Amino acid sequence: MLLLICGRLGQILLTLALLSALCWGAMGLMPGDPIDLALTSDPLLSAADQVRLRALHGLDRPLSERYLAWAGALLAGDAGFSRLYAVRAAAVLWPAVGSTLVLLGWALALSAGLGVLLGVWGARQAAAGRAVDALAILAQSMPGFWVGILLIILFAVGLGWLPAGGTPDAPGLLDSARFLVLPVATLALGNIAGYARHALAAMQGELAAPYIRTARMKGLAEGRIAWGHAFPNAALPLLTLAALDAGSLVSGALVTETLFARPGMGKLIYDSIMGNDYNLALLALLLAGLVTMLATLAADVAQRLLDPRLAG
Amino acid sequence: MRLWLGLALLGGLGLAAMAAPWVQALLGTDPATPDLFHRFAGPTLAHPLGTDELGRDILLRLLFGARVSLAVGLAVALGATLVGTLIGLTAARAGGWRDALLMRLADTLLALPALPLLVVLAAVDTGRFGLPRGDALADILRIATILVAFGWVGVARLARAAALAELSRDYIAAARIAGATEARVMLRHVLPNIVGPLAVATALAVAGAILAESTLSFLGLGIQPPAPSWGNMLSSAQEMVFAAPLAALWPGLAILLAVAGCTLLADGLRRR
Repeated sequence: MLLLICGRLGQILLTLALLSALCWGAMGLMPGDPIDLALTSDPLLSAADQVRLRALHGLDRPLSERYLAWAGALLAGDAGFSRLYAVRAAAVLWPAVGSTLVLLGWALALSAGLGVLLGVWGARQAAAGRAVDALAILAQSMPGFWVGILLIILFAVGLGWLPAGGTPDAPGLLDSARFLVLPVATLALGNIAGYARHALAAMQGELAAPYIRTARMKGLAEGRIAWGHAFPNAALPLLTLAALDAGSLVSGALVTETLFARPGMGKLIYDSIMGNDYNLALLALLLAGLVTMLATLAADVAQRLLDPRLAG
Repeated sequence: MRLWLGLALLGGLGLAAMAAPWVQALLGTDPATPDLFHRFAGPTLAHPLGTDELGRDILLRLLFGARVSLAVGLAVALGATLVGTLIGLTAARAGGWRDALLMRLADTLLALPALPLLVVLAAVDTGRFGLPRGDALADILRIATILVAFGWVGVARLARAAALAELSRDYIAAARIAGATEARVMLRHVLPNIVGPLAVATALAVAGAILAESTLSFLGLGIQPPAPSWGNMLSSAQEMVFAAPLAALWPGLAILLAVAGCTLLADGLRRR
């Protein structure tokens, strides 16, 4: 088990190294560099200044040399400065991570809870199962940002109950909650469908197993059979699927935060890529990659610990 | 039932996309010319779905956008199926460390957050490789290439699993005894027998591609205006939610129908 974890951790580190090199290369190929941007905002800069500035910031060096310098500094614990915010990249990142964790936490709890409830309900009644399946296909076919736009039109424009995006002016629990409702609903709606379909399939498989007939024969109540006998067995594969969804949650956060103008990780990644803020973009991308891969690893470990067939 | 519903949805959208020039001739306007005197017009006979923020006909833009979105879907289907099948068959045939390496690569791509990486790749200036930038066809090819880089994974995993199951069958051994080369065994015997799972994976790849293209275009990194795509129509509609809430309805509905069509098709194929 320890060997497995160490091997996987090594793999994760290797992936992150490759990922950072790939992203660095891609960013070098994006249109414009920070000096071009400075040039457009300050017409007094001459061509000679431009060359001097490039040399000062090391932007005249080849891409590979700049990458190695960046990677060395990162390994020494220095992630550099953010170009957009003019402070250390880490100082911008951590508050954004907090905001995204709140968003993802609520969305995950809501979608996993409701998804499992819908899936179990659908597996116990054939008609409900067909309805859940059809609705889930419909919900999975909607792009997340469109759901968000529709929610904004309905609740912010039409009814005027909730804000269309942004963050509250004064930090208060009630206000923060009001700004959180629509983003969480947007993110959760797409994910409920996935969890419901997985839970439905897993529960249908378990309920068809012979041990369920035994439980019925000894006179157990249907609710007890579904939740006490079938669900624990169906829950294990669901755990793996939920961990695999970690990546899509981060993707969803990018769209949702951009749409609702919430200052989180996803919007930070998007803004920093668009703004040539290499240091911040790479740090955020690596963190997002690390978290999703650790989630997959954690699910694998949990599966091995919980499933006696794999533990042996 | 699912199969036919999916085929009907996709067929209907395909016909609508093909009919776009005729509808244009019928309405007597084109999807690119702004008409600032008739912005945000409601549905009329001349503009069945109304006009957008520049006074362009929404129905026409929707139909021409269907060509773009479906073209991306088809291109990704072709590319992802080709690359995925090749990698899947190679992994199944080679076994050992090559199989392990390819499958770890697939797992890693699945575990990573796809959209942030797609944004990074989509922001690359393809002009630096001497590729044309700006016209719709170049955009379609650019987006399709990026999406294939992620889309092959699902196809490859299914192809590998199906190929492994076939390779253990007796008829493969018989073919080898009869002196068939390994390439002939894979392409002539294994490939035709795994077409079913491949079709399912391809349909799912198309669904994913249409969703991803619309998301990238919505973020301003996909198909560039003025060429219409369902995603960039929604991007401008989002800025106009207060002025014209209905403009956000149609492109999303079109995406919904296309993706649901692909998903139903995949489900139907799987159950056969």
